[in-house]
Amino acid sequence: MADLNAIKEAVNKGKRKDITGLVQTALDDGADPQVLINEYMIDAMKEVGARFEAKKIFVPEMMMAARTMQTGLDVIKPLLEAQGSQKEVVGTVVIGTVFGDLHDIGKNLVVLMLESSGFAVHNIGENVPPETFVEKARELGADVVGLSSLLTTGDPHVKATVAAIKESDLAGKVKVVCGGAAVTPKFAVETCGADGHATDAVDAVKTIQKLMGLN
Amino acid sequence: MQTIIRSASREVIIGHDQPVVMIGERINPTGRKKLAAALEKGDMSLLQAEALAQVEAGAQVLDVNVGVSGADEKDLMLQALAALKEVTDVPLCIDSAKPEVLAAGLEAYEGKALVNSVNGEEAKLKEVLPLVAAHKAAVVALTMDDKGIPTDVPTRLAIADKIVGEAAKLGIGLEDIIIDPLAMSVAADDQAGLAALTAIAGIRDKIGVNQTIGASNVSFGLPDRKAINGTFLAMAVMAGLTCPITDPTVWEIKRTLVLTDLFTGKDEFAMNYITAYREQFPEED
Repeated sequence: MADLNAIKEAVNKGKRKDITGLVQTALDDGADPQVLINEYMIDAMKEVGARFEAKKIFVPEMMMAARTMQTGLDVIKPLLEAQGSQKEVVGTVVIGTVFGDLHDIGKNLVVLMLESSGFAVHNIGENVPPETFVEKARELGADVVGLSSLLTTGDPHVKATVAAIKESDLAGKVKVVCGGAAVTPKFAVETCGADGHATDAVDAVKTIQKLMGLN
Repeated sequence: MQTIIRSASREVIIGHDQPVVMIGERINPTGRKKLAAALEKGDMSLLQAEALAQVEAGAQVLDVNVGVSGADEKDLMLQALAALKEVTDVPLCIDSAKPEVLAAGLEAYEGKALVNSVNGEEAKLKEVLPLVAAHKAAVVALTMDDKGIPTDVPTRLAIADKIVGEAAKLGIGLEDIIIDPLAMSVAADDQAGLAALTAIAGIRDKIGVNQTIGASNVSFGLPDRKAINGTFLAMAVMAGLTCPITDPTVWEIKRTLVLTDLFTGKDEFAMNYITAYREQFPEED
């Protein structure tokens, strides 16, 4: 039997070169792909998140871990499709940077961490107008919409986007979480009426899980 | 190429043949809760303290950004300029994303200001460059445009060229343009530092203008950020950086920049370094 803990360890340490072989061996030995994802890889990412929060590891290491997991998932996906099943999705998130702002690094980190935590994530890019957030959230069946804003000049756009969602047919169905250097928790939640605020990629995963009642 | 910035009573020369000019970055409420709260209340005392601390630490120009959510930024800018005039005569860099704030600031400013900023976006070019021309100011130009922040060098150079061309049409000369080639975090992309340094050298060689950069971006997501920022700054100065927007109150940053002057032959008898050292580590009697 393949050493499943080695898969966890590979994700944990970001050993991207090792993961393909390890996952393939495990699958050949008859490991359940769903178990590999949920009990080993996502678990490893939880540990990665905790160590990032404790400042024991840094952004590049977190990214390497997430990319290692994605590489592992690439091996598993065809098998799931052949079985006629799909990767279990814990929730669907539509995420973008608000209108007038082109920053993407922080948002892309959030995307990576959400995907590595079992979410289906639709990254709708930067400079996104409020109505596009609403349309995409509706079209893609989002549970949560994530807004990123790095510039203080983005404040009116954050407010307008939260309002657009809360005034649409999505109100009550879709939660809104804001993040980015320009957005304080007070501004996001009290001023704009968002459901949550996140300080970084790990906090974003936690906040969204909490809002969806997943943890 | 020399860029000259002036207050009513002081002149600063930025150039490749000059010591590095530090533009103090601390008057900016983004990510600074205390300053944001003070500005929201219209309390200018903290802003004045930040100005003095930076000038004491060697800032020759002060960047002034007062963009806080829910406040009248135009009014705040005018209050800030008046408050700064009470405590210092260093030339200022008027910093806002809103053209109407830049306009009000330039109107009130005595001297030749630096404007922060224009970029390659069509709207910015149309709104900001005429202000710079009308007030005979100088301007910081970021190498980004409607398509976003480029990660490669050729796009950065192309955007810089475009801005310089548009500025020339309004009579703004090369000497009044300071390019910021935008350094991104090496934590997210380990080629980002090299790209920024290559862009700086390319802009120096092909356009010849003065250059600034917000260095603290490069270290986002990594430990010991001061060391990273300092090392990047030293390399960037060698590539053609002349006036970084930075925090001179951080010794590691100031030390690096003073030492780059020494290593580029611009600190006679190392006196500036020695002076800076004594100020940082006063002798005990």
